Amino acid sequence: MLSAAARAEIEAHLKKYPTKRSAIIPALYIAQRAHGYLTPEAIRDVAQVLELEPTEVRSVAGFYSLFYKEPVGKHVIHFCNDLPCALRGADEFLKKLCARLGVEPHGTTGDGMFTVEPAMCLAACDRAPLMQVDLDYFENLTEEKLDEILDGFRTGTIQTDAASVIKSELA
Amino acid sequence: MEHVILRHRNIPDLHRLEVYQAHGGYEGWHKAVTEMKPDALIDLVKASGLRGRGGAGFPAGLKWSFIPKDIFPKYVVVNADESEPGTFKDREIIERNPHQLIEGVALACYAVQAGTGYIYLRGEFKQPARILQKALDEARAAGLIGQNLFGTNYSLDIQLHLGAGAYICGEETALLESLEGKLGQPRNRPPFPALVGLYSKPTVINNVETLANVPPIALNGADWYKKLGTEKSPGTKVFCLSGRVNRPGNYELPLGTPFRVLIEDLGGGIIGGKALKGILPAGASALILPASAIDVPMDYESVAAAGSMLGSASIIVLDETVDILWATEKMVRFFRHESCGKCTPCREGTHWLVREMERIRRGEGKPQDIDLLLDITKNMSGKCFCLLGDFATSSIVSTIKHFRGEYEAATRTNGQ
Ligand SMILES: Cc1cc2nc3c(=O)[nH]c(=O)nc-3n(C[C@H](O)[C@H](O)[C@H](O)COP(=O)(O)O)c2cc1C
Ligand code: SF4
Ligand code: FES
Repeated sequence: MLSAAARAEIEAHLKKYPTKRSAIIPALYIAQRAHGYLTPEAIRDVAQVLELEPTEVRSVAGFYSLFYKEPVGKHVIHFCNDLPCALRGADEFLKKLCARLGVEPHGTTGDGMFTVEPAMCLAACDRAPLMQVDLDYFENLTEEKLDEILDGFRTGTIQTDAASVIKSELA
Repeated sequence: MEHVILRHRNIPDLHRLEVYQAHGGYEGWHKAVTEMKPDALIDLVKASGLRGRGGAGFPAGLKWSFIPKDIFPKYVVVNADESEPGTFKDREIIERNPHQLIEGVALACYAVQAGTGYIYLRGEFKQPARILQKALDEARAAGLIGQNLFGTNYSLDIQLHLGAGAYICGEETALLESLEGKLGQPRNRPPFPALVGLYSKPTVINNVETLANVPPIALNGADWYKKLGTEKSPGTKVFCLSGRVNRPGNYELPLGTPFRVLIEDLGGGIIGGKALKGILPAGASALILPASAIDVPMDYESVAAAGSMLGSASIIVLDETVDILWATEKMVRFFRHESCGKCTPCREGTHWLVREMERIRRGEGKPQDIDLLLDITKNMSGKCFCLLGDFATSSIVSTIKHFRGEYEAATRTNGQ
């Protein structure tokens, strides 16, 4: 079930558009936050609020890469290895990232902390190598910086708002 | 170089409203709403010669003039989907000079008498969106956006909308579908968005950088603007420089500046002093130019005459160490990933292109596979529902043209 706060947040988005349907992307983001991915129940909740069929909502969710249909790690890392970044060593850096975490690309660490997704261009090609964690940018990475960042997430000294919302909604 | 767009590089804290206003910010906006007829503003932008910075270079004022006067409501939609590989200019504008974008959106809305503007940002722009939202809230609180502006009967609302990860939503009709809450797949044209756009109403769609040019034009006039750049491509452009150069980054330069100035002088030349191999002038979408194009002026006509397009001016530099087949496979993979799946030639064609490139790169290709690749592109070019299908063929067609020897070397060992 969507929390009352989540419902209120979706209602606020509805005011921005002449049709309810236009709020589908913001609503799906909000619904996704509770578990980190879109559960069938979350899809049904969004459909109900927007007065749409669950199948319609499911097909829209399926179209966009930032909606997850399966469980993902607590933090999702999008690491860019598109051409401009790859010209500056991104492929090799991605291998190091995966080795550090003991995962293959698209995989999730055993402790459920991180999912690593190779990403297409993230509009930061002059700051390669770079990644987004829960859509926050971490740029001009070095191996030392990477270790600090991963540790920071593990120990909770770095918080993205995606992670803090999950915590508070499940509390 | 005096910046017109990246003014934050000269003025610290330009993202703050009071700083922006202390440097002429929202003066053009105030003047337009209180003193100018909407048509006069359209004429001014027409006279400036400002061309769209999102790719096609279409004259902005002319686009605005297509909006019918007698149909309401109408909309202005800002394309901040910025997803072309090698493009990172709109993000800098949004994060560092957000009020200039907001003022530009406001001016576009007033010019066509739209009451609502939507700024569509790619989903990955969560941080940029937050900065922009803060600026928008500031502008609203200061009475620069809202009801009965400056005591007139003109009211304006501007909203942000985040996408959710799909390059195709940068295509303007797919963007409209996405904003309406549907799958981001392109629409049939005609009818064009100017007549039947967002919610079937007349709609202007412009790129972030295009609109960021409008406040300085409103403030300083068309003649001032036309002194910058070339006759047919007036103004400055933010060039995104990436790839194998020493100093990648955004550089704002007059249109018509040669590639050499950008790559060698500003970009500090190629890493390790290596030789230039090729230039991608517009990300993964445009035909690659050979190293001999280094002295071509970067404006819409000259790059087209040289056999490619300026597009959004995302210049990716390849040096002699780059394996052309590897780079090409990266680009076709991008398009396979981003094909929206609506039409068969693109959905299937991008698949085949990647498969063939993989085979050739694994050393399993035969010489005739080079022509097979070209055959696949012929079945895509001009046969796809939207331009993405054509873009997907650019890297293959142009690298085979300029670097056929590398394809031959990769396939030679397998004989007939
Ligand atoms: C596949 C595809 C992707 C595009 N991506 C973008 C984009 O990310 N940003 C953008 O401004 N224009 C993009 N465009 C161009 C838009 O369709 C449209 O021409 C542009 O937003 C118009 O604005 P302008 O006239 O101010 O340039 C894309 C076009 C295609 C075919
Ligand atoms: S060309 Fe590709 S992106 Fe465009 S409509 Fe067809 S499948 Fe979709
Ligand atoms: S290619 Fe990595 S951010 Fe652009």
